[in-house]
Amino acid sequence: MDPWWRHPLVFWVLGLPPTAWLLGFFLIPLGIVWLFSFAELRGVIGMEVTGTLANYARALDPLYLEIFGKSFLFAGMTTVVSLVAGFPVAMAIVFASPRWRPVLLLLVILPFWTNLLIRTYALIAVLRIRGFVNFSLEWLWERGDWGLALIGLPGVLGDRFEPLELLYNNTAVVIGLVYVHLPFMVLPLYAALERLDRSLIEAALDLGASQWTAFRTVIVPLAFPGIVSGAILVFIPALGSFLTPDLLGGTDSQMIANVIERQFKGANDWPFGAALSFLLMYLTFGALALRAVLSRGRSAMDAG
Amino acid sequence: MSTEDPIIEIRGLTKRYGSLAAVDAVDLDIRRGEFFALLGPSGCGKTTLLRMIAGLEMPTGGTIRLEGNDVSAVPVNKRPVNMVFQSYAVFPHMSVLDNVGYGLRIAGVTREETRHRAEEALALVKLAGYGARRPDQLSGGQRQRVALARALVKQPKVLLLDEPLSALDAKLREQMRLELVNLQDSVGITFVIVTHDQSEALSMADRIAVMDAGQVRQVAPPAELYEFPANRFVADFIGSVNLIEGQVESCDAGIVTLSCPDLPAPVVIRQQVTYATGTTAWLALRPEKIDITHEPDGDGTSNLAHGVVEEITYLGETSVYHVRVAPDVPLIKVSSANLDRVTRRRFTWGDNVHLSWTSECGVVLDR
Repeated sequence: MDPWWRHPLVFWVLGLPPTAWLLGFFLIPLGIVWLFSFAELRGVIGMEVTGTLANYARALDPLYLEIFGKSFLFAGMTTVVSLVAGFPVAMAIVFASPRWRPVLLLLVILPFWTNLLIRTYALIAVLRIRGFVNFSLEWLWERGDWGLALIGLPGVLGDRFEPLELLYNNTAVVIGLVYVHLPFMVLPLYAALERLDRSLIEAALDLGASQWTAFRTVIVPLAFPGIVSGAILVFIPALGSFLTPDLLGGTDSQMIANVIERQFKGANDWPFGAALSFLLMYLTFGALALRAVLSRGRSAMDAG
Repeated sequence: MSTEDPIIEIRGLTKRYGSLAAVDAVDLDIRRGEFFALLGPSGCGKTTLLRMIAGLEMPTGGTIRLEGNDVSAVPVNKRPVNMVFQSYAVFPHMSVLDNVGYGLRIAGVTREETRHRAEEALALVKLAGYGARRPDQLSGGQRQRVALARALVKQPKVLLLDEPLSALDAKLREQMRLELVNLQDSVGITFVIVTHDQSEALSMADRIAVMDAGQVRQVAPPAELYEFPANRFVADFIGSVNLIEGQVESCDAGIVTLSCPDLPAPVVIRQQVTYATGTTAWLALRPEKIDITHEPDGDGTSNLAHGVVEEITYLGETSVYHVRVAPDVPLIKVSSANLDRVTRRRFTWGDNVHLSWTSECGVVLDR
C-alpha cells in the first residue's frame, strides 16, 4: 500500500490553493498589464486595448533606450562590485571557526530585518556633505594638516578640507545598490564554498600551486555555480531598482523603474508604463536564456 | 631496496594544539626507497605527522630534514614531496588527464610534455586511455589511481599516502595493497603511508613506526614488530597477545626467568636483554604459539600451565580457547588451527587442559 502522501487526492488538495493563488494574484494581473501594453489612452483615465504597438515603439526612443542602457550599466557594476566585495566575505565566513560562522552569517543577513527605506535614509546620513564619511575624512585631514605643519610642511593638503560629493550622483546609486544587494551575493557564494572539500585546495598547494593559482584554478571554478546564482540574484533586482536611484541618485541617474513609476503615477499613462515594464522583463528573460544556452554549451564542451 | 641512507630525518618534531601535543617530540629516520608505514589507533598523531612532512601543517618545534636539508619552514607548495589524500581530492571540474597534468602545467611545463608525461603516469597506474573521462565517471578505486598518478607525475622524492585504502571495499583493498607494493618497487620512490589497519601495514611496509598518544613506540620491520614488540602497547596493538605479569627472577646469558604468581612454575624465555632481578615485567605470548593438550606435555623443557576452557571463539580456520589458569586474572587465549571439522572439536567448555610453550616463544617486557 502506498503511503498516504502518495495519494492523488492529497496532491490536488495541497497543490490547488497555491496554484489558484498564483493564478489569481500573479498571472492574471500580469496578463492584464500585458494587455494594457497594447492599449491606447482615451480621455483622462480611460483606455482601450487596440493591439497597437505604438507604446513599444515609443519605448525604443533613444531617450528611453539610454535609460535602459544606464540601468543595465548600474546593475552590471553593482553585480561586479558585489562579486569582488562578496567573495572575500564568503571565504572569510567559510574559513572562520565553526563557533563564529553563525554569528558572521547573521551579520550578513541582519540588514534584511530593517526596512529598506530606513536603511537608504541611513545611507544618506552617511554619504551626505555633512555626513559621517566626510566627518571622518575631515578629522583625518585636520590631524594630517597639523602633523605636516609640525614638520614644516604647512598647506600641503590644501587650504581647507574639501568634502567629497558622495550623494545624488551615479556613484551614490551604485554604492546604494551594492549595499542593498551584497547579501544576495554572499549567501550563494557561501553555500558554494562551504561545500568545497578543503583537501582539494590542499591538493592544489601540494602539487606546487601558489595560493593565487589554487584560488584561480580550483576555488573559483568550483564556486562557479554560486557565482552565477549570486550574479543573477543581484543583477535582476538591481536592474529593476526604484527606491535607491530615487533617493540617492541625481537628476541624470534615474533608472528604468523610476520612469515606469512616473508613467503609472504622475503621467497616468498606464499603457506606456506597461510596455516599458514588459520590455524590461523581455530583456531580463533574454539575458537568462542567453546564460542558460551559454552554460549548456560550456558543459557540452566539457563533456566532449 | 632500502639502504641505511635516510631520506627523511625527523628530530624532536612536535605539534601542539593549545595544551595538547598531537605529535610529541618524535625522532624518526625514513630510509631512501623504503615503504614506510605510520601505524596507530585514531588520534595517535600519525596523520598530523604525515601532514607536517607534506608541509600542510607547520611544526610547533623540532626539525624535518629532507636529503639533509632542513625543510621545516618550507611551505607546502615548495616541498619536493607529494601526497595522496584520504578523500583522493581529485579535482571534479577537470578531466582525468588535466588532473594528472595539473602539477606540471602550473609549473610551466609545455603542453606537449605535460600531456606525454601525464599519459605515462596514467599507464603506470593502469588507467591508460582514461584521460578524457571526468572524475564522476570513475569508481572509487579508479579515482584513487588518478590521485596516485597525479602525485607520481611530479616525481616526488617522497610519496605520502594518508589512509589510501580506507575508502575502498574489502576485496579491492586486498588487491590495491599488492599493487601499491609493486608500484613502489617499479618507481623506486620512498612511500610513507598512514594507516590504522595493522594487517595493511604488516603486509605492505618494509618498516613500521607504531605511534600512540603523539609518540613513536617502536620502529621495526613487520616480523620483528610482531615477534619482538618493544613494549606492552606494541605487543597488544599488533595482533592478539596474552600479557602475564611477574617478577624477573634471573636474567643471564640470554635466558630470562620470570616468576608469575598465576602460573605453576617460573617461565623461562630465551631473550637477549638485561633486566635487574626483581623487576616487574610481563610475558607477552601470542595465542598461536601456545600448545593446548588434554594430557601434560612430558618433554620437560617447555613452560607449562593448566586450566579450564571457559570460552571458545570460532573463527573459521582457527578457534580461540580462553583458558582460566587462576581466579581473578585475565583468561589466557590459545588459538589452534581447526584441522578437523568442528563437529569433532578437540576441546569443549569445561575441559581441563594443559598449556605449553617453548623458551623461543614470547618475549619478556619491562614496560
